[in-house]
Amino acid sequence: MSRYLDDFSLVDFTINALRVVIIVLVFWGAFNTLTLPADAGRITGEQWFDLFVAGLTQGSIYALIALGYTLVYGILLMINFAHGEIFMAGAFTTVFLATWMDKIGFLNGYPFVAIPLLIIFSGFISMIIAVLLERIAYRPLRGAPRLVPLITAIGASFFLQYTFRGLYGSGFKSYPTVDILKGSVAISGFSIPIARIFVFVSALVLMGGLYWLVERTKIGKAMRAVSEDKEVARLMGIDINFVIMFTFALGGLLAGAAGVINGLYRPQGVNFFMGFRPGIKAFTAAVLGGIGSVPGAMLGGLFLGVIEAIGPNLVMTGLGIPGPNQLQDVIAFTMLVLVLIFRPQGIIGERLTEKKA
Amino acid sequence: MTDKPKVGAENEAILMSHGMTKRFGGLLAVDTLDFQIPRGSISSIIGPNGAGKTTFFNCVTGFYQIDEGDIIFDGQRMNGKTPDQITRSGIARTFQNIRLFNNMTAIENIMVGQEAHLKSSWIGAIFGSPFTRQENAESEVRARELLSYVGLAGKGDLLARNLPYGDQRRLEIARALASKPKLILLDEPTAGMNPRETAQTTEFIRGLRDDLDITVVLIEHDMRVVMGISEHITVLDYGRKIAEGLPQEIQNNPDVIEAYLGRGAASKSKIEVSRVED
Amino acid sequence: MTSIAAKNQQGQVQSLWKLISDESQPYHHILRMGFLAGITLLFLGLIGMLEAFNEREVIRDVVTLAQFVLFVPTFAAAYMAAQRIREEQSIGMVLVAATIIGLLSAIPTIVILLINTQVNIRDMFVHVNRDWLEIITFDNRNQLGLGIGLLLGSLGLAGLLGAVLQNLPQKIRRSVIFGLSLMLVIGVMSETVGLIMQEIFTDDFLDNFFKRDTLLLNSAIGLFVFGVALIWVPDKVRRSFVFGLVVAMVALGLRNLLLAIDSLTSIIPTSEEGFLDVFLYFLLPFVAGFAGRLYLEYGSRDSNKAKTDTKATTSTGRPIRVDLIVSIAILLVAPWIVGRALSDVMVTIGIFVLMGIGLNVAVGLAGLLDLGYVTNYAVGAYVLAVMTSTGPLGLFNSQEGVIVNFWMVIPVALLAAMLAGFVFAVPVLKMRGDYLAIATLGFGEIIGRLAVSDALAPIIGGAQGMSFIPKPELLGFTLKDPEQLYYIILVACAITLIVSIRLNNSRTGRQWMAIREDEDVASAMGINVAQAKLLAFTISAATGGVAGAIFAAKVGTVFPNSFSVIVSINVLSLIIVGGMGSNPGIVVGAIVLIGLPELLREFSDFRWLMYGALLIWMMNNRPDGLWPSQVRRRELIGDDSSPPADESPMMASE
Repeated sequence: MSRYLDDFSLVDFTINALRVVIIVLVFWGAFNTLTLPADAGRITGEQWFDLFVAGLTQGSIYALIALGYTLVYGILLMINFAHGEIFMAGAFTTVFLATWMDKIGFLNGYPFVAIPLLIIFSGFISMIIAVLLERIAYRPLRGAPRLVPLITAIGASFFLQYTFRGLYGSGFKSYPTVDILKGSVAISGFSIPIARIFVFVSALVLMGGLYWLVERTKIGKAMRAVSEDKEVARLMGIDINFVIMFTFALGGLLAGAAGVINGLYRPQGVNFFMGFRPGIKAFTAAVLGGIGSVPGAMLGGLFLGVIEAIGPNLVMTGLGIPGPNQLQDVIAFTMLVLVLIFRPQGIIGERLTEKKA
Repeated sequence: MTDKPKVGAENEAILMSHGMTKRFGGLLAVDTLDFQIPRGSISSIIGPNGAGKTTFFNCVTGFYQIDEGDIIFDGQRMNGKTPDQITRSGIARTFQNIRLFNNMTAIENIMVGQEAHLKSSWIGAIFGSPFTRQENAESEVRARELLSYVGLAGKGDLLARNLPYGDQRRLEIARALASKPKLILLDEPTAGMNPRETAQTTEFIRGLRDDLDITVVLIEHDMRVVMGISEHITVLDYGRKIAEGLPQEIQNNPDVIEAYLGRGAASKSKIEVSRVED
Repeated sequence: MTSIAAKNQQGQVQSLWKLISDESQPYHHILRMGFLAGITLLFLGLIGMLEAFNEREVIRDVVTLAQFVLFVPTFAAAYMAAQRIREEQSIGMVLVAATIIGLLSAIPTIVILLINTQVNIRDMFVHVNRDWLEIITFDNRNQLGLGIGLLLGSLGLAGLLGAVLQNLPQKIRRSVIFGLSLMLVIGVMSETVGLIMQEIFTDDFLDNFFKRDTLLLNSAIGLFVFGVALIWVPDKVRRSFVFGLVVAMVALGLRNLLLAIDSLTSIIPTSEEGFLDVFLYFLLPFVAGFAGRLYLEYGSRDSNKAKTDTKATTSTGRPIRVDLIVSIAILLVAPWIVGRALSDVMVTIGIFVLMGIGLNVAVGLAGLLDLGYVTNYAVGAYVLAVMTSTGPLGLFNSQEGVIVNFWMVIPVALLAAMLAGFVFAVPVLKMRGDYLAIATLGFGEIIGRLAVSDALAPIIGGAQGMSFIPKPELLGFTLKDPEQLYYIILVACAITLIVSIRLNNSRTGRQWMAIREDEDVASAMGINVAQAKLLAFTISAATGGVAGAIFAAKVGTVFPNSFSVIVSINVLSLIIVGGMGSNPGIVVGAIVLIGLPELLREFSDFRWLMYGALLIWMMNNRPDGLWPSQVRRRELIGDDSSPPADESPMMASE
């Protein structure tokens, strides 16, 4: 018995207690919510489905951003804290192009040309910012202790935010609405807004493209080689600097694309600060899926989106907390902290990251 | 509590293990190792690269938790103890690739090494209690003594990272000695030294046992050092013990020669012939 | 016509880019520096910094801060380039190269200028406006050709001057730089300086130097000459002069302090015209201090020793004790020297110093990057608000006979913050450094969101926050003004500083440093790593709580949006930028990073931009600076081979 007392650790005890408390709270809340009487605000099946689809939509945007975190982490073992700002850079810049296209009638006249153009433009802008960031701020820090690039990235995050605030002003802008994205379609009794389908499909296409790039092309192979072992890759004749730059470019491209997709889905709220919270959430998604893993980031993003949409209603309503949807961010950040505490290797990830840690 | 080994019979051994096993995934880094280090001896662990020598040290000092078996130190079972608890019970170590606190001075490094015996608390430090002051002063005096013992007198206020390589090795030993250990584990103490430094270090290690009464366990590649000072040698290969005994016995053991030089070499050479390098 | 010019310019830019990117080109470096300076200049314009800085006149009717800043990138680039190519090239070549850099640095701005004549880019870039145009064309917005010519010419000249300065002998260079910076600093801060001077000098007298808070040309030249002279006089005289000035400041502060206490006003001799004041409280103490210090410097010590090492004179003996006394004196009377508005700024600075010292325990000493420090600040503020508020949410408001005042709540706030620090630290103890940073950031965000939410609104007021927080009282006095609150923060800072220094030099401090250096080895030395980390987090949290409580008492209201992640980053920045982990540095960092934006509105818009840039710069150039250098400094002092530290702060850029 004394042997067990000797092994008692406050930290382990607290963490386990925390685990139990959270599981109990989640189940208790969910149970209460689901057994609410119909007249006391029980959520119907249709509403659940709606929440689920909304979560999936938001989640696919998170996933696109999360890929940038995961790609960079996979290669440099560095948290690019400024990645949310790269997303913002594309979205914020493209808002001007979109507004202009709308003004001359191009956007609604030829939406199938205009929207891809916007996505490409935004991706390009974000890509440039990402590559510049890598070149100027991060490259000299290769091999520095882990916290040094992290602090640099935090600095870069604020630098970029306030640069764009200076360039484009501090007011809120919004994307023009696109007619073809209005309305919804009915699929086997459920109605799904077209905008959500658009988000989901474009995200799938982009992610599919990325997956192909990483798995099937030469540069993808080089990226994987560099992430396995930089020294060996260098000896094999791979240009490490180019591969790293390419990785940043790729992450930027996806983040910029996500910026426009997000803007067309939810036109409001485009300003210099728009990248910060989605950035942290996308990082959460990347960790959820096992940071460093490309499919992990995709699944992690979708998972986080759904949890964030359903969680407050499912758990907090049941616990009698007022205004549950106000606490969406709390759910997301709680997920972040919990994942970092309990499963830093990710909930679906292999233990691959442990080696790198 | 039932599997607690009998202590009395093995009083001779300061450190021993029973069926100690450590796995990394599918790899058996240490495989059901039975092991005894006689009290007051200088013992060596040798073996080819990847034989599990450093893993063995890491298990003993609590860096790794072993998967099976027991480690008994000074009659106490060490399984599941954390590194700081193990250090407090009297085992100190150095590292293969020197791991000093680089941005602290030499003296501060040694003072951290004394942790196991310090008692003052942070509250005392805040209020500047007499006990804390006294302990701090005494601790510094002892640290300076140790510093001169390892031949670094006058270099106490230099940052560890600014010391030359040889001095860093000595400082690391001084830091280990600061915890007043009963057993010290030295991981390749002469690595990277020239023959003169190696000879000095060998003498120094002998002194640890003779003057300070500390049991010494070495991991060493330099066979001259091993054969010169060890009273007891254990040979590991692929995590298993393949031989054990006095230096002469080991030198002539065909299994050992085979492990080092490969099959067929056993008949041709003795290990002593040359320094077996990585 | 202009569009052709624009095209030509673009073509030029492209071929330029080729030259820049090819490192084998002999002029690679020159082109690169010119390009960088040009991009920086354009950047400063586009983000609106020039426009904002144009509001601040450095010298009345002569030059604004924007016109100063306009030349900084070019000047610096030419200076650095000259430094680099000076070895290989003749003086003439260096000067030509520097002029070319100057001309090149105008190009990006000119390109945008010309594009703007064709396409209206103002819809996108809000700062491509009249103000910007006027600044860069020197008020020749309508004669673009002339404006561009002036810009090219002046930037070329700036480049030339940069190279000339670089080629001057060291002492001349140093004195010129010092004189210029003195002029610039006083010019920019003239509002503040004027505010302090008003306490003693009459307005008529001050009008000779300042007009409506702006430096006049004559006094600017005077300051420059004075600055140059200050470098040329012997060290001892210079030190004595500064000392005399400080003594005069103390005397001035004492006078104001005594005047503020009604019953003592009559004892203090003052005069309406101010002559007596100037003599009694400024000239006399100044002369006394100056002469006394000169005597100390020259008379009382072995002159041989002093000659060999100027540094040593201040580090031993009587002057240092005098310095210490005067420093303490000036800290004690500071709010009465600078007046109410600046006292308010000083209290804010003090709150951040407090947090900086606290966070430094976790970040600097123990190497735990805590990005959720705002949590502790919020806990302290809300604890004070809930316990003392006389509004409807005040916990003890409705209970008769229960008196809860500021002083009783401070320990509670401290303990509550410690508890919060402890609770949030436990789950993250085993995390790796970068994950720990993100997790603590997550905690900070969670707390921030909860504070705004309706869920906790019945207790802490939700988005409406809490108000009616009474000011602290002491011995029947209400400490309602910043001048009085200053003393609370001063005491708090002093206590925290002592605790921090004592811990740093104790066994606990060594444990933290060991953990910072190598956690595994620290544990192998017998350190209970989890316990030591918990202690670091908890102590660090305690000061955050006190800072929060003082903040709440100062402002009188608590709003949830005061507690965003920005606060954590702010504190972290001042530790890293100003402090590099050392306590005096934290104070300097807080004065610069918190005080400057508070004093100068035009800086406050760009504070985050500057913080970000400074963090990147610090990490890229002094990554070691992140962790404290007390040890290193101690070593340097012991080590004779170390070069003597340069006295002029301006020389750091060399």
